[in-house]
Amino acid sequence: MPDRFVTRGFVGRREPAGSAEASRIPPGQHLVKDFPVLSAGPTPRTPLASWSFKIEGLVKEAVSWGWDDFQKLPAQDFVKDISCVTKWTKLDTHWRGVSVDTLLEHVELDRRGAFVTAFSDGGYTTNVPLPDLLGGQAFVAYEYEGKPLAPEHGGPVRLVVPHLYFWKSAKWVRGLRVMERDEAGFWESLGYNNHGDPWKEERYTGD
Amino acid sequence: MKRPLEWQIATVRAIRPETPEVKTLTLSLPDWTAHRPGQHYDVRLTAADGYSAQRSYSVASEPERKGEIDLTVERIADGEVSRFLDDTVAVGDRFEVRGPIGGYFVWDRSIGGPLLLVAGGSGVVPLMAMLRHRAAAGLKDLARLLYSARSPEQIIYGDELEALARKDGLTVTYTLTRSQPTGWKGYTRRIDDAMLKEVSGPLGPDALAYICGPTALVEAAADGLERVGLPAERIRTERFGPSGP
Repeated sequence: MPDRFVTRGFVGRREPAGSAEASRIPPGQHLVKDFPVLSAGPTPRTPLASWSFKIEGLVKEAVSWGWDDFQKLPAQDFVKDISCVTKWTKLDTHWRGVSVDTLLEHVELDRRGAFVTAFSDGGYTTNVPLPDLLGGQAFVAYEYEGKPLAPEHGGPVRLVVPHLYFWKSAKWVRGLRVMERDEAGFWESLGYNNHGDPWKEERYTGD
Repeated sequence: MKRPLEWQIATVRAIRPETPEVKTLTLSLPDWTAHRPGQHYDVRLTAADGYSAQRSYSVASEPERKGEIDLTVERIADGEVSRFLDDTVAVGDRFEVRGPIGGYFVWDRSIGGPLLLVAGGSGVVPLMAMLRHRAAAGLKDLARLLYSARSPEQIIYGDELEALARKDGLTVTYTLTRSQPTGWKGYTRRIDDAMLKEVSGPLGPDALAYICGPTALVEAAADGLERVGLPAERIRTERFGPSGP
């Protein structure tokens, strides 16, 4: 089988080769201006009064914030390109939230902790190696483009791990569980790649 | 099972118009494997200079049809891939595909009914694979399809749905939201809780719901089904959004 089979008559509509945009679009992706919504089930709506965010698992003492306390954590603005495994890429998205580094300052990590499962309202989970969440690479966002994050986009808060396909950026996230061993999350158990690096096109199991 | 999904070269065996904007391509696959109804394939088109584009399309056909799949493609106004598939592709052409993909928005005999399907526009495509499988496998599980389309001309698979609904256990209900044929007595409004209650009522609380369409419809139907008593874990959603081009 040839690496790439040329399709008769196909030219494509693309960003000009060598343009700034083209160099920011991972292979097999295309640019969108809107913000598509994808999810496996109904949008959960948890009242903020009963909302909390936890860090648990391999930490000396688990920590949990209610909504008001979470808002008091030092927040940062982030401008990131995001890519969904369904082939769209969106450039320069603006977020406000708390970096995972900042959240982890509130716990003492067990040195065996190597993987993280993010868990969400509605039962969704996704797994990420701990190093992929550190060094400013990941944050828990509650504002998108200057407004509170809409429920269909994961509000009140979602995890954002922009250097991995966007299913890793768990909507409606309620906490992070630090673990010694990797455990496949929702889509990772259903045929999608365990890691999900868009630049390596790690879309599906075995990619 | 860590075998990667390999690209393979599909050959277009037939092209059938469904509506003015929608066509079904029948593809024969050298390395066909049975899909689960609801799964999709990725299509990859490559230009002579190496540029390539990928999109996902739901399989419309049932897995009982071996060696080939139907992909039903809606032409999107500015769609890089859908316009090419609509304008340029002819019978005998070949392009790369890989699949089947997706393990949640699927239904087959191993899951069983009663089955509630809610479609908006071309969101009917993966649901049609489920209904075709249900018929081909001789399953008698109660099934209901609520299908929202703008006009009768935009209904995909209308004749086949009518034939399927003449057999046991399937009811097809349309809501035509912009224009209706003369004498139309069916629904004409967007999907709402009252409509969902009427359609899903006979299936009881054990129904498993699959909703596919544009985001606004999916949100309304998923929220509405929860409000009329279906547990969230019995509601599965898939979107056909403006992410299509």
